[in-house]
Amino acid sequence: MSAISPLRVRRLLRKELRQMFRDPRMKRIVFIAPVIQLVAFGYAVNTDIRDTKTFVIDHDRSAASRELLEVVEATGYFRIAGRSERPADLVRALDYGKAEVGIEIPAGFSRDLASGRGARLQVILDGTNSNTATVAQGYLTYIVQGFARGRAAAAGALPSGGVDARVRAWYNPDLESRVYNVPGVIGMLILLMSLLLTSMSVVREREMGTLDQLTVSPLSAAELMLGKTLPATLVAFIDLFLVTALAILWFHVPMRGSFLDLLPAALLYILCGLAFGLLISSVSRTQQEAFMTMFLVLLPAIILSGFFYPISSMPEIFQWITVLNPVRHFLEIVRAIFLKGAGIADLWVQYAALTVMATGAMSLAIVRFRRSMAM
Amino acid sequence: MGPAVSLVGLTRDFAELRAVDELTFDVVPGELFGIVGPDGAGKTTTLRMLAGVLRPTAGDALVAGVSIARNPEGVKHHIAYMSQRFGLYTDLTVRENIEFYADLYQIPRRERPPRLERLYAFSGLGPFEDRLAGQLSGGMKQKLGLCAALIHEPDILLLDEPTFGVDPISRRDLWLIIHEMVASGVTVIVSTAYLDEAERCDRVALFHKGRSEVVERPDVLQQRLHDQVLAVRTDQPRRARDLLRKHPAVRQAILFGDVVHVTLAESAADWPPARDHLTAHEIALLEERPIEPSLEDVFIDLVQGQEAGDA
Repeated sequence: MSAISPLRVRRLLRKELRQMFRDPRMKRIVFIAPVIQLVAFGYAVNTDIRDTKTFVIDHDRSAASRELLEVVEATGYFRIAGRSERPADLVRALDYGKAEVGIEIPAGFSRDLASGRGARLQVILDGTNSNTATVAQGYLTYIVQGFARGRAAAAGALPSGGVDARVRAWYNPDLESRVYNVPGVIGMLILLMSLLLTSMSVVREREMGTLDQLTVSPLSAAELMLGKTLPATLVAFIDLFLVTALAILWFHVPMRGSFLDLLPAALLYILCGLAFGLLISSVSRTQQEAFMTMFLVLLPAIILSGFFYPISSMPEIFQWITVLNPVRHFLEIVRAIFLKGAGIADLWVQYAALTVMATGAMSLAIVRFRRSMAM
Repeated sequence: MGPAVSLVGLTRDFAELRAVDELTFDVVPGELFGIVGPDGAGKTTTLRMLAGVLRPTAGDALVAGVSIARNPEGVKHHIAYMSQRFGLYTDLTVRENIEFYADLYQIPRRERPPRLERLYAFSGLGPFEDRLAGQLSGGMKQKLGLCAALIHEPDILLLDEPTFGVDPISRRDLWLIIHEMVASGVTVIVSTAYLDEAERCDRVALFHKGRSEVVERPDVLQQRLHDQVLAVRTDQPRRARDLLRKHPAVRQAILFGDVVHVTLAESAADWPPARDHLTAHEIALLEERPIEPSLEDVFIDLVQGQEAGDA
């Protein structure tokens, strides 16, 4: 069963590619899926805040309070959606969703500021969207502190006591989520393509009854596996190039490292995807079954990859589980190469992890696949 | 020359179930051999073992002299196996489908045109060679399956219910192709649940519950049935059958359409009391005539005889 005839594999590949590109659905999956995912994660899924509706109660009505509000609005993160003197209006604005952030400046704000005793103001956040609230809180704190420092410096007074934290985000100075998300799309797409195309094309043959005919023919299991995984590999690489090009040229994600360092990681990662695709195909009788099994694998793999949710804030047991997740290691490699300019030497841990996983998963897949072919 | 296929105690279990139970028979080269039996009799399991895709639990079979137990891969170049639903690539054309199978068997390019021409000639698929297989009718699909299976010119052709779900005209065409293959020297083993098709075979094996009850020429098989069969037409066929079944002189009564086939050990002695029984129940006899027992009669007789023996 292990003999491989290069000619037979080539002919099988020709048939696979012919079928793939004759299927209009396939073209959509291969070329449109990356674009949709890029648009979704490049534009729509935005953990940044912009023009957050802000309601202001200014009891002080001084030059200082006006200046502070101008600074807040000038950042672009906040837009003043309403003003009033009555705190009840702020409550109503938050209740009805007219505002997500409320700033209440007490009377005597400018006096306290000038005296150097430290001024206070109240910020009320709509906590129903915890993400926006957290980010808005961070930005507001940062803006107000900067404002206070500026005023103090202008008055020739040094800020009294305490630690003056100056936060600076390295690698992504503006903390744009796009810069973080778009390279992540590469990880998602490659996994999806290698998993989907492999399992679907095998199971489709099983469903149509052609797999049965192939087992009767001299085609070996090894040849069949090559014929099924190589087209998926090709598509995964096409998507890798496509998404990388769009990320750099369209989304202006900085590419500080070398694309060549990314290629071996991509290959190992694709091998993991192909292996899982073969495994799924060996246990599924219909395309529907394969599809559902695929999502059972895909969803946890992505949720536990650090793509959406930081691994460091997961419960410890889940952090350990993520060590076994190839998506996590690949995303770390992709982001480090894009944003930090890291190379293979810096990322050897992740490369080693991917190598071990690709080898293990592939060996298991080959054994299982052979068993599913012969009864 | 030895047998084309030789089964020696071939057995296959699926968990607790014995699907095929110690089959032993030979198929002669150039023979059209039928495997006949109801669903679940073990026909497909037997053919899959002969095709080298299913391992026997015990016993062996030599296919073109190659042991399926020891060298299942070695069998593959000698045979073509067409499963009940032959898998075609519906998104490839007729020609691409056949060419793909030619690729799998690594048929040299220069040998392909004459083979294709021959296959097109007897299948009539020539004019449709650029049509997608998915757009062919059921019978045409089956013919394409046969062409694809035959492109490597196998010595032995294994067909699993090739006419299952095929319209009567395509069914006749398929049998013409099968006869043509046999005429050109190919050994054909065909399974079927239709007894009228079994009558087309040189010899048939009657399968029941994984066992081959008897291997014979269809006409001999019919003669083997010593009982006599009367075809009896009445005005109330269903009631007549039920009454006859309960009558002690009647061995078997089966309804075929509106005619009851009545099996009797000796018609001269046994029929009059049975007939009187019907008329006593006010059933009018419209017609009664002795008939040659069909394979179906033989089959049912065999199976019921065996079940009676089991009990």
